[in-house]
Amino acid sequence: MSSIKYEIRKNAYYDSVTLMIISKEIKKIGGVEEALVGMGTDLNKELAENLGITNTEIKDLTPNDFFVTALADDSVEIETISAEVERLLSAKKSSSDSDYMPPTLESAINHDPDSNIVVISVAGEYAAAEARKALNNDLHVMLFSDNVTADQEKELKELACQKGLLMMGPDCGTAIINNVPLAFANVIKKGHIGIVGASGTGTQEVSVIVDKLGEGVSQVIGTGGRDLKSEIGGLMMLQGIEALKNDPQTKVIVLVSKPPAAEVAEKVLKAIENSPKPVVVDFIGGDRELIEKYGAHACLSLEDAARKAVALLRGKEAKDFEGFDLSDAEIEKLVDGEVAKFAQGQKYLRGFYTGGTLTDEAMKLLSKDLDIYSNIPLSSEYQLEDVKVSKEHTCIDFGDDEFTRGKPHPMIDPVTRVERLTKEEDDEVAVVLMDFVLGYGSHEDPVGEMLPAIKAAKDRMAAKGKYLSVVGSICGTENDPQDLGESQRRLEEAGVIVMPSNAQAVRLTGRILNKIK
Amino acid sequence: MSKINELFNKEVKVINIGLESFYNDLKKQKVSVTHVNWRPAAGGNKKLASLLSRLK
Repeated sequence: MSSIKYEIRKNAYYDSVTLMIISKEIKKIGGVEEALVGMGTDLNKELAENLGITNTEIKDLTPNDFFVTALADDSVEIETISAEVERLLSAKKSSSDSDYMPPTLESAINHDPDSNIVVISVAGEYAAAEARKALNNDLHVMLFSDNVTADQEKELKELACQKGLLMMGPDCGTAIINNVPLAFANVIKKGHIGIVGASGTGTQEVSVIVDKLGEGVSQVIGTGGRDLKSEIGGLMMLQGIEALKNDPQTKVIVLVSKPPAAEVAEKVLKAIENSPKPVVVDFIGGDRELIEKYGAHACLSLEDAARKAVALLRGKEAKDFEGFDLSDAEIEKLVDGEVAKFAQGQKYLRGFYTGGTLTDEAMKLLSKDLDIYSNIPLSSEYQLEDVKVSKEHTCIDFGDDEFTRGKPHPMIDPVTRVERLTKEEDDEVAVVLMDFVLGYGSHEDPVGEMLPAIKAAKDRMAAKGKYLSVVGSICGTENDPQDLGESQRRLEEAGVIVMPSNAQAVRLTGRILNKIK
Repeated sequence: MSKINELFNKEVKVINIGLESFYNDLKKQKVSVTHVNWRPAAGGNKKLASLLSRLK
């Protein structure tokens, strides 16, 4: 017999990502069917209700109360579950418990008056208030939290502009200030390319390729994904451009964003017109003519943006790159090798991504040849009816809202992607295309988490006399905390074709799929 | 010089509010960082929190 076991601790606070990861671990205890470990927020109470593991006491909790609830076999006692929660909480706790941790931003400023950046990642409903306090204290802000309204964003950015401060975000995933990676960022060499990015993984990919090509970054300023929409008007990108123009370390400027609102694109491009420093612009599928009209270099991909920036830094011509590191003959051989292994009827793509911009880039690059269904489609007719069920050619951004409700982002924990690849069986699929994002903030071993599912999917197809081709790219540098070389080696050992960039992985996938159309 | 350009010439000193993993990442890199032992103001009671913020 199973029943609901629970424990409540009033006034005990832990951060959401820690608790989401612990929930997953508790579910692994033998005899536990469902489990939720969380703070008593409305979202968590609703999740407990949906999982059928709530009661009136849990429903009455406040966001300051901590609870553990599980549906478990009668042989499992709540004490066992609580002991495991406790063990995981202490394992997750920072190694430096002796450090003073002030209870509020004000007390932190008093404790360390030299502080200059506040990184905020509390739940969206509380985030704007903390950001406002930071700006009012003349501190720069990186606001990682999402669920901050456009009105609040505008107000915060206007305040920052008045004060000449950075207000990166909301929903800003990446920044590198003075060589310090903040939130999700790779370890990039110090150098002379300055980036202002409105799209997280897009910015990471550009910085990683700059590093691979032997150069480095001066500053990477994130703006948050909504900055170039009409409501915000590019306020932070304009601030960032101005700062990089005046920064003697920055010799080339790169702007990265999904296509901006038309009037915002003009405003941003006007700001770089006649710039004494070369400017490279990747508006991921944006208007090339418009960009060139303002004297900037337009791009075909994130990799192309990095290559052009490096070429310009070295005083060379910025040529379009839409090829491969490998020779044409080597690519041909690779494509033919994969194509020969497919069985009759295998023809579809599964793009399973953790990075939103990388998903978008994949769909843009493939859209000439393929119609791709998605949870973030290029046009609304290709919206998946049920995002949990793939259809024909499908690309999924597992970091989009419908997959992250009550769960950590897939770059922190790729469980939703693992489950999808493990569970979804479709004999007509030929190629699975994937990203693996390394760096600070990301899972400690994104490749290791995916490998069992990749092997199982390949074995399952092989057992049916078919072949599953898996193509991927790793967004990471050799100085990232995860081991880049070992990540690549293990993927290749599992039969994954690892390409040097997302654009090249996508292009190779396109070549394979075009041959079996 | 703007405050942003001034920042580019200073040592980065971070105050982290929220995910403790961001704090741990910065500690590992020996970046100066203070972690706020944050919890929702007024026990998450929004009305009370808004009243409290007006007192400050």
